[in-house]
Amino acid sequence: MKLMWFHLMPYTELPDDFNKKHPSVWVDIHSSLFDPRRAHHMYNDFMDELEYAAECGFDAVCVNEHHSNGYGLMPSPNLIASSLARRTTDTALCVMGNSLALYNPPTRVAEEFAMIDCISGGRLIAGFPVGSPMDTCYAYGQNPSLLRDRYYEAHDLVKRAWTEKDTFAFSGRFNQQRYVNIWPRPIQNDPHPPIWIPGGGSIETWRWCAEMDYVYCYLSYYGYKAGLTTMQGFWKEMEKLGKDRNPYRAGFLQFVGVAESRQQALDLYSEPAEYFYGRCLHVDPRFALPPGYTTEGTQRAGIEGMMSKAANIANPATKAALKATNMKDIVDGGYVLIGSPDEVIEQIRHVGTSLNVGHLMLLLQYGNMSKDTTKYNTRLFAEKVMPHVRDLFSDWEDKWWPKPMAKGQRAAVPAFGPQTVAAE
Amino acid sequence: MSDPATTTVEVNGFSCRVWTKGSGPKLGFLAGFGGLPRWVPFLDELARKRTLIVPSLPGYPGGGLGHTVLDTHIDWVLAVRQIVEKAGLAGADLLGASVGGAFAAEMAAIFPGHVRKLALISPFGLFDEADPAADPWAQRRDAVAGIMCADPARWEALVAPPEGANSVEWPIEMTRASEAAARAFWPLGSTRLEKRLGLIEAPTLILWGDRDAVLPPGYAQKFARGINGTTRVQAIAGAGHLAYLDQPEAVARAVLEHLS
Repeated sequence: MKLMWFHLMPYTELPDDFNKKHPSVWVDIHSSLFDPRRAHHMYNDFMDELEYAAECGFDAVCVNEHHSNGYGLMPSPNLIASSLARRTTDTALCVMGNSLALYNPPTRVAEEFAMIDCISGGRLIAGFPVGSPMDTCYAYGQNPSLLRDRYYEAHDLVKRAWTEKDTFAFSGRFNQQRYVNIWPRPIQNDPHPPIWIPGGGSIETWRWCAEMDYVYCYLSYYGYKAGLTTMQGFWKEMEKLGKDRNPYRAGFLQFVGVAESRQQALDLYSEPAEYFYGRCLHVDPRFALPPGYTTEGTQRAGIEGMMSKAANIANPATKAALKATNMKDIVDGGYVLIGSPDEVIEQIRHVGTSLNVGHLMLLLQYGNMSKDTTKYNTRLFAEKVMPHVRDLFSDWEDKWWPKPMAKGQRAAVPAFGPQTVAAE
Repeated sequence: MSDPATTTVEVNGFSCRVWTKGSGPKLGFLAGFGGLPRWVPFLDELARKRTLIVPSLPGYPGGGLGHTVLDTHIDWVLAVRQIVEKAGLAGADLLGASVGGAFAAEMAAIFPGHVRKLALISPFGLFDEADPAADPWAQRRDAVAGIMCADPARWEALVAPPEGANSVEWPIEMTRASEAAARAFWPLGSTRLEKRLGLIEAPTLILWGDRDAVLPPGYAQKFARGINGTTRVQAIAGAGHLAYLDQPEAVARAVLEHLS
């Protein structure tokens, strides 16, 4: 099993009365809450944490894209990924990802991802989300009725830009480019960097991932219990389509808090978890469902009750309003796994096998968790948990993992240290 | 009262419902936000004096999935033109409300021979940063009725599933109507119509609900100032954005007076 370390980069100093005084953490969150000088420290802490996770031996570090969002300070995850490309050596860089329809032209994504792949020596995982309604339709003003068609067209364009050898003209419904010819080109060119698709629980997305042979990732904040129905639906659909049960076809997000004991874990992680599920998911429901964002097929399936309501990540805000915000319910609901290393090992093995997920994306920093606590959680997980869960799925080949240049061929990145300027 | 005759016209391979009722000179009506999932009393008021022809626009109830092939504003304008022609409305009087009002104005501006007299009820099409319209697509579920009508029960009655309606398809159709509006007017409700208002030569009546919670009443004056033909602005008391649902008689009376 692959263990991947994911950062959302939440603003850690939302006030205690945030939910009372402010309607939403997303889209119209007030600028007065943002202190750039504090954000300087947050960004640097977060990047330290990502680098620390790489040092601790996680298989990948993951970043993602959000806009106008108090729990996601990465409008451009590519900026963080490029820094990580220089400050890590063997860890995969999972950009989860770039919302394709937001880039004009979408070849910008092909270029920037190719840059990251070149700088990192071929360690990129290219995530292509449609993007949440709040990010795409509200913060970025994209038309919800055209978003998916734009997304699919942008995907086709990016993929062709990576794989075609000669300059070509692209005449799409939404994009026209006379000369598509990106420089640089990705190192991973057989045929292109691995493409992973974070999505909700729609059957259309599952089928598309199967058809394209992409990894499907269910990035819910509500943990393995709520995710079970979705992942069961995914595997049932794979079976129907004649695909094998290779667990590396799938990715799943899980919050974890490990400590010496369950009680110590509760002591350490209750505050940051309650901060996240309370303040960070305080999204005004008026931004949840722009018409046309959810396909009619998915609406139909939802209304007919073919799918679990929990499967619909397209509706996180409505869900958040109904979900637990105190630690007992957060833990009982399985949103956050906590315990001693042995207890966490048991739970992680259960998550992996019950969901049949080979790529486990771990949130070991959440809410206002401090750098010290985050490093403690990360180190303990790496030392005490990771060695006892890695063996899962060792019979299967991960065909969707980056294929970097051989170590000996890669550039040596000099150790970083502040320069002292010699006196003239 | 008798039911309207229902026919269909085809545009881009999708069929759109056309209701016809009454006698006298033809009058076309392009409905507002939400479309017409059912016949409403306002239509009877108009059909007493005129041959009322009510085509559904693509994506609105009765308009199927025709919106899915309309990607740009010119796609929409040409689809509406074909509907107007195929419904036998070329050269007739045209009334449009809300989202339908923006298209009625486009017809009068771009195809002036198609519209004899024009009447608009709180039309979409403009946006003023200094006097912003509300966002009809970012409302809590329980707030929608209150921004569409002065009396929220009027909106609720418009969209409530009729007896025997398919409980799966009905809510999808209601969402589709909102999507069709979004497809043409996202995110601000503007199609930069101000650039074309000067082409409108038809005598134009501009009605505005005095309790319109979507489009500020100041927009009525922007239309009046922009349109080249003679214009008259009239407020409808006790009416919200969809004034024809709140005050069907008063709106019909004003429209029929203007056309006579």
